[in-house]
Amino acid sequence: MSVSPAAVLAAPAVTVTRRYKAARQLARRPAAIAALAVVLGFIVAAIAAPRLAPYDPNAIDYRALRKPPSAVHRLGTDEVGRDVLSRLLWGARASLLAGVIPVVIAVALSVPLGLLSGYVGGWIDGLIMRINDAMLSIPFLIVAIALAAFLGPGLGNAMIAIGIAALPTFVRLVRGTVLAIKTEEYVEAAQALGCSQPRVALRHILPNTLPPLFVQVSITVAAAIIAEASLSFLGLGQQPPAPSWGSMLNAAQRYLGPAPWMALYPGLMIFGIVMALNVLGDGLRDVLDPRHQ
Amino acid sequence: MALGLYVARRLAVLVPTLFFVSVLIFSLQQLLPGDAAVAMAGEENDPEAIAAIRARYHLDRPIPVQYAIWLGRVLVGDFGESLRSRIPVRELLASKLPVTVELALCSMLVALGIGIPAGILSATRKGTAVDVVANFFALSGLSVPHFWLGIMLILLFAVRLGWLPASGYVPPWEDLRRNLTTILLPSFVLGTGVAGVIMRHTRSAMLQTLGADYVRTARAKSVPERLVVLKHALRNALIPVITLGAIEFGRLLSGAVLTEQVFAIPGFGKLLVDGVFNRDYAVVQAVVLVSATLYVLLNLGADVLYFLANPRLRGTT
Repeated sequence: MSVSPAAVLAAPAVTVTRRYKAARQLARRPAAIAALAVVLGFIVAAIAAPRLAPYDPNAIDYRALRKPPSAVHRLGTDEVGRDVLSRLLWGARASLLAGVIPVVIAVALSVPLGLLSGYVGGWIDGLIMRINDAMLSIPFLIVAIALAAFLGPGLGNAMIAIGIAALPTFVRLVRGTVLAIKTEEYVEAAQALGCSQPRVALRHILPNTLPPLFVQVSITVAAAIIAEASLSFLGLGQQPPAPSWGSMLNAAQRYLGPAPWMALYPGLMIFGIVMALNVLGDGLRDVLDPRHQ
Repeated sequence: MALGLYVARRLAVLVPTLFFVSVLIFSLQQLLPGDAAVAMAGEENDPEAIAAIRARYHLDRPIPVQYAIWLGRVLVGDFGESLRSRIPVRELLASKLPVTVELALCSMLVALGIGIPAGILSATRKGTAVDVVANFFALSGLSVPHFWLGIMLILLFAVRLGWLPASGYVPPWEDLRRNLTTILLPSFVLGTGVAGVIMRHTRSAMLQTLGADYVRTARAKSVPERLVVLKHALRNALIPVITLGAIEFGRLLSGAVLTEQVFAIPGFGKLLVDGVFNRDYAVVQAVVLVSATLYVLLNLGADVLYFLANPRLRGTT
């Protein structure tokens, strides 16, 4: 096989062109653009929570217990008179962080593990994949709950638990992509040109594992947000009085009859961001995965 | 390849997987902060009591030995006893599993009842408003936090309308009618999520089979469209859906944790959550281990179904 050094050096340019093409294709999908706008809206709301929130999210007001939505408290108050809108805005920080940090943990651990497993192969691959299969065989939320239970309640531990629970899907994805890529001609060309093994893995294989990883990231951020809400709902995530959407739902469950707004809005928030991330994930998959085009 | 050989090969992979599952679950208790014997001894801190607990639970032995002792017991179905109730964990599991199985079966009925017709409609009317609406509901089913949907349905049907009980569970052999009313809402909540997955897979499989040559031939022979869709296309499209159903059933068996919590259904999920809050780690480990084993076995069942349903696989060696 004869591939000129120029062809190998041109690979990054091709990747950039492909990325532009993918971005242009994504921009032509109104659902994906609307979803992206919703996600950005949530991020802005979370960052600007101190400016946007009308009240201190933890300020107790015993004169305004479980007040329905009004001009003073637009989304009502909770069981100790705290403003629901302010808690939703501040809670967005915990919920979005809990969506992102576990995925960062999962990606940071899975990329080296998946690269090692797929590229080196042999007994290392066998060992990593057996442990990975074992983790995959325990359902995601069960792993997260069990880990959070043993690590102890708290938002930080919940995020670690969710990150570890999400890890095996990413390891399998990266390994699978690496196995497919390492037989590509440009990888063989790089090896023929005398590139070192780590260089081939990091410079030529790693960048091409990213597109499927992006799709998985958007889906897993959505799953992690639900998982954090679930753990906080059970009392294993965000601890009171700090707000998160899941912990707000936990408190709301006891006041369904007299104060239904306490349960309605946090759930709508979770539903909104998760739906937007799933639509975005579908759009990314359509654009980045040729099988879905 | 013969079915027996296929199953044997899959079992050969399954055994090391379950071994690593057991190692992971046993390792969980090493994450616990502090000395387990001191924690179990309570506030008295009597050195003799602590030493007795260490000896009784083999906590004074090396960790690999502790694991071997634990695994030896688990393999004969001895999961120890609940620290809280002192009831053998095996008995707790046996009493809770039927409840979760009933919930999973009812949820699966809801999921198949909504997911397959919606998938067929969506595929046969691709690009129309029906397709858009069906896809929107499928994605909603996948995106909605189920425990929140449960809370909202309780609010509507129990608190506001008073049609159904808010929570609780009555076994079917005690009162079938009340059993069905208590299981209806949680089954709907769990079923809608799975319905979304099934709808999307049915749609995509139907689109593939509707474009296949044999379907075109059937249409060319003037076979009525209804028969083309239901007999020729659906029969083949259902093969991946059946296997997916088996996998989703496994997920339902262990994924009903929060729904059981919201509706106060005394199943596996509630046992897990109660175990977590009571620091009943033997219960937590047992529930996770049994859930994982069931999940792995149902996955194997799904693969066997796929093998049986797909003649091309049977022909391979």
